[in-house]
Amino acid sequence: MQDYQSQKPIVLDILNAHLAMPGNLLPILHGIQDTLGYIPAASIDDIAKALYLSKAEVHGVVSFYHYFRTTPPGKHTIRICRAESCQAMNGKTLESHAKNSLGIDFHETTSDEHFSLEPVYCLGNCACSPSITIDDEVYGRVTPEKFDQLLAACKGAK
Amino acid sequence: MTRLFISRDSTALSLGAEQVAKTLQEQASNQGLDIQIVRNGSRGLYWLEPLLEVETANGRIAYGPVQSENIPSLLESGLLEGQTHPLCLGKVEDLPYFKNQNRLTFARVGLTDPVNLDDYIAHEGYRGLKNALSMQQSDIVKQVTDSGLRGRGGAAFPTGIKWNTVLNAPAEQKYIVCNADEGDSGTFSDRMIMEGDPFVLIEGMTIAGLAVGATQGYIYLRIEYPHAKVALNQAIAAAYQNGYLGENIQGSGKTFHLEVRSGAGAYICGEETSLLESLEGKRGLVRFKPPLPAIVGLFGKPTIVNNVISLASVPIILDKGGEYYRDYGMGRSRGTLPLQLAGNIKHPGLFEVAFGMTLRELLYEYGGGTASGRPIRAVQVGGPLGAYLHEGQFDTPLDYEAFAAISAVLGHGGIVVHDDTVNMADMARYAMEFCVEESCGKCTPCRIGSTRGVEVIDRIVNDVQKDKNTVLLRDLCDTMVYGSLCAMGGMTPYPVLSSLNHFPEDFGLQPAAKV
Repeated sequence: MQDYQSQKPIVLDILNAHLAMPGNLLPILHGIQDTLGYIPAASIDDIAKALYLSKAEVHGVVSFYHYFRTTPPGKHTIRICRAESCQAMNGKTLESHAKNSLGIDFHETTSDEHFSLEPVYCLGNCACSPSITIDDEVYGRVTPEKFDQLLAACKGAK
Repeated sequence: MTRLFISRDSTALSLGAEQVAKTLQEQASNQGLDIQIVRNGSRGLYWLEPLLEVETANGRIAYGPVQSENIPSLLESGLLEGQTHPLCLGKVEDLPYFKNQNRLTFARVGLTDPVNLDDYIAHEGYRGLKNALSMQQSDIVKQVTDSGLRGRGGAAFPTGIKWNTVLNAPAEQKYIVCNADEGDSGTFSDRMIMEGDPFVLIEGMTIAGLAVGATQGYIYLRIEYPHAKVALNQAIAAAYQNGYLGENIQGSGKTFHLEVRSGAGAYICGEETSLLESLEGKRGLVRFKPPLPAIVGLFGKPTIVNNVISLASVPIILDKGGEYYRDYGMGRSRGTLPLQLAGNIKHPGLFEVAFGMTLRELLYEYGGGTASGRPIRAVQVGGPLGAYLHEGQFDTPLDYEAFAAISAVLGHGGIVVHDDTVNMADMARYAMEFCVEESCGKCTPCRIGSTRGVEVIDRIVNDVQKDKNTVLLRDLCDTMVYGSLCAMGGMTPYPVLSSLNHFPEDFGLQPAAKV
């Protein structure tokens, strides 16, 4: 885990850039996660102070939304759709294949810190189920074989 | 120079469209061919994506599905002149799947360059706004009311009535909020509009702002749609640069500002009051109603909250008149609905058609049955909170009231098809599990009921006091339907009870006569 002191100036910059914006908490949290990869627990105090909120209020927002995370992600984040359309096209087989081949469950990161695995409920790619994303890229009609190829390509790009 | 079209739509990209475009550009350059590749939206015939179209003297000739390895043979057989090839489909407009649609809201999607303002204007864009700028506010609202447009997000509330309420609510500041938190499985029409024709949404929101006197709009976009965000922001920037957003719109003295805000993976934020809380920077807890958002909405001000498709349907209504739109449809369902065929279906895609077609026609005539080639067993219409329908119900016309009459919902028009390998007790359990995952937690029937629902279904399936637990499950569903604060808890019983009623054998119960 990185030392928060090195991250703090980044957090303060993001806070300052958003102070005048109405309803700024989600944009701030996105800004921090986009930059650092996660929302450091230690940043909650700074966010709360800047927005005149209690730490509980900020923590409550961070923990409410599935997308926000408070631990560093792996180098690549894989999201597997669990919703109905993907289930209709063997999504569950893909899900267990992914967990087995990565050796982790949802919300976990591989020991080499290369991959994090998250569930997602619909990627809007339901015409070509089952779907996953690797970072910002969507992949459709993903079979276990195709999943392995995509994984290998990611590792190759290491 | 020859113009070619390869989509920038997420689903086309998920099938390799980016690589196809790259390969085509490289090989054309190597051969010294003068081409321009336009990255359009998708035509919505997803089994043919990545689709490649070429502009010729005889119209736009389509090829698909194209992969990079097909490019050499395509170029060799005269792609740039629209010559024949095993992948050649002819003109998209001549394919029955496309020809038999009524493309009103989706008129430009797949046809134009989504982020090119000149292209938008050349294809009848901003004509609705032009009319609106010369009209009284109440007349703009009247056109929308006359069109019969109802909320396309699923609730089907008359859009004109909502707008009128905001128009008549006195306030210094009002807001237009677009609900782009399209979280229902089996739906992608909002995404297609935002990626394929973002200007039509911007125009619709601008007209809404003029109609009710709102000067600020927000698009609340789900984080799962990164490509839509890029397209929207490109289009918004172009609209600002050309005087279609900001102050003094087209010299009218009218102001409308627009901004995209990202959600953070909470399904419940598709519920309008939860969405408003989220926009205000809070946990997405559902609000009590009344007061309605039209009276006390974002930051406590009168607010229109409309779905993407509702707002994107406004420009054509203001361009051609409310009556033009109203002339499509049946009963109280006026205009068109962009249906989305998904799941286990041979021809998945976007099918915009006037209300009234039967589900059967859509599933078999156009959808082509299942992708697996097995019989269709169950179809879920209207997202995760919609009922499962069995084969005996497929003759129901696609109409809000006809669906309500069989305890189902048409909702956002998303249709997820399952073949006969599906276990409906699993799907019922999943519906409860999804509610556990996504409940905002404010009301007890939803928060606790969903957890108990998973447990009770497990007991039924595992043969633990089967009859007693079936009674208990029905009782629990009753409590959720009537006791929940919003549709999350209130409609989760729809997929559960329809599974139980239509497919009792999957729960190990005595099969009932199909009704």
